[in-house]
Amino acid sequence: MTVAEIRQAVIDILSDIAPDQDLSALNDEMSFREQLEMDSMDFLDIVMELRKRYRIQIPEEDYPQLASMASTVAYLEPIMKDMPKK
Amino acid sequence: MDYDTIIIGAGMSGLAAGIRLALAGQSVCIVEQHSVIGGLNSYYKRHGRRCDVGLHALTNCASPSDRRAPLNRLLRQLRIGRNEWALRPQRSSRIAFPGVELRFNNDFLLLCEQVRQHFGEEAAHLQRLAQSLPAYDQYADPSLQTSARQFVAGFIRDPLLAEMLLCPLLFYGGPTEHDMTVGQFAVLFRSIFLEGLARPAEGVRVILQSLSHQFRRLGGELRIRARVAELLTRHGAIQRVRFADGREAAARRVISSAGFYETMRLCGPSYGTVGADAKRMSFVEAVVRLSRPTEQFGRNDSIVFFNRSEQFAYQRPKGLIDSRSGMACFPDHFEFDSPADERVVRLSCLADYGHWARLNRDEYTHAKKTTFEQLAAAAAEVVGDVRPLAEDVDLFTPLTIERFTGHDGGSIYGGTSKRYDGTTPISNLFVCGNDQGLVGVVGALMSGITVANRHVLSESGARTITV
Repeated sequence: MTVAEIRQAVIDILSDIAPDQDLSALNDEMSFREQLEMDSMDFLDIVMELRKRYRIQIPEEDYPQLASMASTVAYLEPIMKDMPKK
Repeated sequence: MDYDTIIIGAGMSGLAAGIRLALAGQSVCIVEQHSVIGGLNSYYKRHGRRCDVGLHALTNCASPSDRRAPLNRLLRQLRIGRNEWALRPQRSSRIAFPGVELRFNNDFLLLCEQVRQHFGEEAAHLQRLAQSLPAYDQYADPSLQTSARQFVAGFIRDPLLAEMLLCPLLFYGGPTEHDMTVGQFAVLFRSIFLEGLARPAEGVRVILQSLSHQFRRLGGELRIRARVAELLTRHGAIQRVRFADGREAAARRVISSAGFYETMRLCGPSYGTVGADAKRMSFVEAVVRLSRPTEQFGRNDSIVFFNRSEQFAYQRPKGLIDSRSGMACFPDHFEFDSPADERVVRLSCLADYGHWARLNRDEYTHAKKTTFEQLAAAAAEVVGDVRPLAEDVDLFTPLTIERFTGHDGGSIYGGTSKRYDGTTPISNLFVCGNDQGLVGVVGALMSGITVANRHVLSESGARTITV
C-alpha cells in the first residue's frame, strides 16, 4: 500500500468510529484528540479495527504513535507498505 | 458449541459487552433465562398493551454535540446512531418534601433557580458542588469510597436541602441504606441533575431492539429461555457452561451480568460460600392504567420524588413497604413529537424482600392489594389520587423482581459491595452490570463496554486504557 492508501485506510476506520465527524478537512499534523474530540475508548477502536482489518497488532507502548494522522501513517508505513490494497 | 465468550444475561450491560466483542470479531453468545431481553430494564405485555419496567427514563441525556458525555461516548463505542433511540427530554420533575418543593429539568439552571428561591445563598453552594464533582470515570477510585453525605455537607449547609438533593439519587441508584459513595454520587448527580432524563415515545424496547439488532448484525448469537445451571471449573478457570436443559457449551471466558454472588454460586460450593449480603435495596412498583389521559395529574410532572416524613429515610423498611417516601412517574409526560396516550402512572417505594418472602399465597395476594392502597394514598398527597381512575393495577414486589431478573433479594442496584474492576476469583470469569458498580441504563451500558474493553479486548493485543 502507498502512503496515500494507508491514509485512506485510516480515514475509513475513523469514519466508522466517528460517523458524525467531517473528515474531509482533517489536519494531518493536529492530534485526533484535539480535532475530533476522541478519547481513550475511541483510540482503542482504531487499534481494534487495524487488527481486524489488517491483522496488525499494536503493542500498548506504541499507542502514542497514533496521536495524529501524520504520526499514524508514519508508524503504519513500514508495516503496511508490502500489503496489497484492500 | 465453542465460543470465545459467553455472556450471561441479555440486559443492557450484557448486550453492550456483546456488541463490543462482536465488533472485535469474536464469536459471542448471550444467554438469557427469561423469554424477553432487558433484565432490570425491560417491558412486558398485559391485556395486549406493553408496559416498561425498570428505570423510568434514560439518564445522562446530554446534548448530542457534547462528544465527551457518557451517553455519546457509549453510542460511539456501540456504533449506534443517537437518532435510532429517538430520545425525548422530560418536561420537568419535582422533589416534594413537607412544605417545600424543588423542580428540575434537563437544564441545571432551573434547579439552581429553585434552590435560590427556597434556600437563598445555598444556590451558589450548589453550583460550587457541581463544579467540584470528581470525573465520571473516577467512580471506582478508592479515594472516592467515602460518604456522599459528608461530601455534600462540605458545600450545602441546610440539612433539608441536602436530603432533597440526595433523595432522587438514592432512589435512582443507591445500592446501600442511607448513604452512597462519593464516586456513585458524582455519577448520579451528573446523570440526573446536570445531564437529565429522557425516554423514547415507544419506551425502553426501542433501545433494547436497537442493541439486539446491532449485536446480531455483527454476527452475535442471542439465546433466550436459556438458563445457566452451572459453570464448570477446573484449576480456577471455567471450562464449560451447563444449561438447565442439560446442554453444554465451551467458552474461553464468561462475562456475567447475573450479579457477583449469584454468579459465584453457579461455580459450585467451593465458590458459592463467599457470603451473600442481606441488606439489599428493593422496591415495589404499581403500574396503574387510567381510564383517562394523565395530564390532569400535573402535565409538567415527568417524575415526582416525594418524601412526607420529617426525616427522609432511605433504608430497608421494617414492614412490607415504606410509603413515607417514593416516586410517581408519568411516562406520557415527556416532550414527544405527538402527544403520548399510554395513560400509565407508575408508583414505587422501598420494600423489604424478607417480609414479602415470608407470606403464604393468600397473604401475598392480599398484601399486594393493601400495598397498592397505601402507596396510592401516599402518592395522592403529592400528585393527586389515581385510584378513582384506575382501570387496571399491576403490582411488582421484590419477589417479582427476583423471579424475572434472578437478582438476589429482588435487588435493583445489586449487592452492597462492588467489584469495580470486574474481576472474580475465577481467572476467566468477569462481572458486568450493577455489581460492577455503575447503575442506571447508561451506567449498565458503560459497564458492559468497559468490562469488555478492559478484560477481553486487551487479551488480544489491545490493552485498555482506563476509561
